[in-house]
Amino acid sequence: MSDKVIHALYDDDDVLIKAVRDIRANKHHIEEVYTPFPVHGLDKELGLKETKIAITSFIYGCIGFLISILMMNYMMIEDWPQNIGGKPSFSYIENMPAFVPVMFEMTVFFAAHLMVITFYMRSKLWPFKEAENPNPLTTDDKFLMEVLVGKNEKQLIKLIKTTGAIDIKVIEKNE
Amino acid sequence: MYIFSNKIRNFSMLLMLLGVLGLTYSFLNIPSTIEEAQLMVADSNHGGNHGGNHGNENKDLSHDSDGHEIDHGEHLLHKLQNKPWAALYVAALFFMLISLGVLAFYAIQRASQAGWPIVLYRVMEGITGYLLPGTLIVLTILIFSSLHFNHLFIWMDPEVVQNDQLIKNKSGYLNSTSFFIRAGIYILGWNTYQYFSRKLSLLQDKANNIKNHILNFRISAGFLVFYIVTESMMSWDWIMSIDPHWFSTLFGWYVFASMFVTGITVIALIAIYLKHEGYLDFVNENHIHNLGLFMFGVSVFWTYLWFSQFMLIWYSNIPEEVTYFITRIEDYTIPFWSMLIMNFIFPLLILMSRDYKRVNYIIVMTGIVIVLGHYIDVFNMIMPSAVGDQWSIGVPEISGFIFFLGLFILVVFKSISKVPLLASGDPFLKESKKFHY
Repeated sequence: MSDKVIHALYDDDDVLIKAVRDIRANKHHIEEVYTPFPVHGLDKELGLKETKIAITSFIYGCIGFLISILMMNYMMIEDWPQNIGGKPSFSYIENMPAFVPVMFEMTVFFAAHLMVITFYMRSKLWPFKEAENPNPLTTDDKFLMEVLVGKNEKQLIKLIKTTGAIDIKVIEKNE
Repeated sequence: MYIFSNKIRNFSMLLMLLGVLGLTYSFLNIPSTIEEAQLMVADSNHGGNHGGNHGNENKDLSHDSDGHEIDHGEHLLHKLQNKPWAALYVAALFFMLISLGVLAFYAIQRASQAGWPIVLYRVMEGITGYLLPGTLIVLTILIFSSLHFNHLFIWMDPEVVQNDQLIKNKSGYLNSTSFFIRAGIYILGWNTYQYFSRKLSLLQDKANNIKNHILNFRISAGFLVFYIVTESMMSWDWIMSIDPHWFSTLFGWYVFASMFVTGITVIALIAIYLKHEGYLDFVNENHIHNLGLFMFGVSVFWTYLWFSQFMLIWYSNIPEEVTYFITRIEDYTIPFWSMLIMNFIFPLLILMSRDYKRVNYIIVMTGIVIVLGHYIDVFNMIMPSAVGDQWSIGVPEISGFIFFLGLFILVVFKSISKVPLLASGDPFLKESKKFHY
């Protein structure tokens, strides 16, 4: 089955948001919107599910926190105890204040890096990946909306025209 | 316009009345002789001998056992005589600092030309209305100290200074004359800014140009420079000098973070209360969300400063510095650690979630914990040096707290009720009303 889609180009983010609202109100399916920058509120208008990346980040932070404790405990208490500033390292809890900066840094390190890696994996991004955006203008200052064509193509084109699109293209997708 | 309700008046009057009764009771119960003091302590099952002696006031007596016994008793008497004064001072200072913290927050919004908080300006200005009475009360207590009604500030006693080389070295700065000159400068400066900034804000309501707004921006920027210097010096003078042997270079910042987060929390609490009463319909969950972000962020900032101070002193382990934390951890175990939970772990976990910051009752609940936590913070700054191990959260502490709570509520809501609740002439008003996080 070949999918027919319409590529509508916009040049203003406020117009785009209103267009998304109108088209969705008329029960058409928007496949994807390509924008040069994150448009505030677009995710809500598109009805996207809320991201769970914050929760993953929290979990990664907790993992980093635990690993830092185990790491410092092994390095500074078990494997090679040292006497620093008159404070011999024989107990983790008694030397804890000295390890807090490390615990903090490891928490942030794990939370940040693993979250970014998760984000890349989830959005299927990796080095040397070919760009998916159909029109290079969306990396400059234009916004592109991909709408799935249903039964009534002409009516949809008419609707998109009224929403203020500056360019409309009908494209056959063969997959 | 907010109409000052009888409910608030009666409530605050009741708190003040209970506070006055409790304070009168505790001041009448101050022991006047060593025997009475020892009896009071024996009653509460503490026993006569205490290890909590700081060992710096009686070096010459330490070999003479008779003198040592008397000195213990006298020390105990001084602690118990200080107790109601210290409780009064902690509460007076705490509520004054809330108002001062709000003033700083307000000045930052003015100076940064922030667009979102315009709808909250009148609430902030109302809270800073407590600054004048608050600072004057603190000043009065300080004057009583210098007249030797109490011994909160031992460096004010010439006899102590005479026998103490460390304080003697500092007496160029720590003497009553320059102490009160400085206090006068702080109080005058803060209140002058508060007066003019509020006046300009009210004038802007009816103006058809933005001259008042621009002037307000300028004086706010100037005030912030004045504030950060005087706030820091205030914290040395009014808090750190209670323990005149000890010093910390980031103490001013630490006190600032504490008053800042308490002030922001109180703005949120009062805004939510007014909204609940049917006022402030232009304040929505986006504004509360922003205040929640500040509560979260500044709580973490406070912890960062607390830890920076703690870790350096703990690590270097220099006797004259580390006594500060040893007395707090050993004699004040519960307030010391519970403060960290209330001011850091609890807000960190609750306010981390985006959605929770938009729910009023969660902000109120967390806010109350933060405010109480920072009361304990101020308590921990002052009590260990003033009353040593003889602390308690008893009649003087609670009645001091509720007396000033009542006064604070009375003055703040009176002040809010005097002017329109919306700064209608502000050029950023539309941005603030449409603010969307």
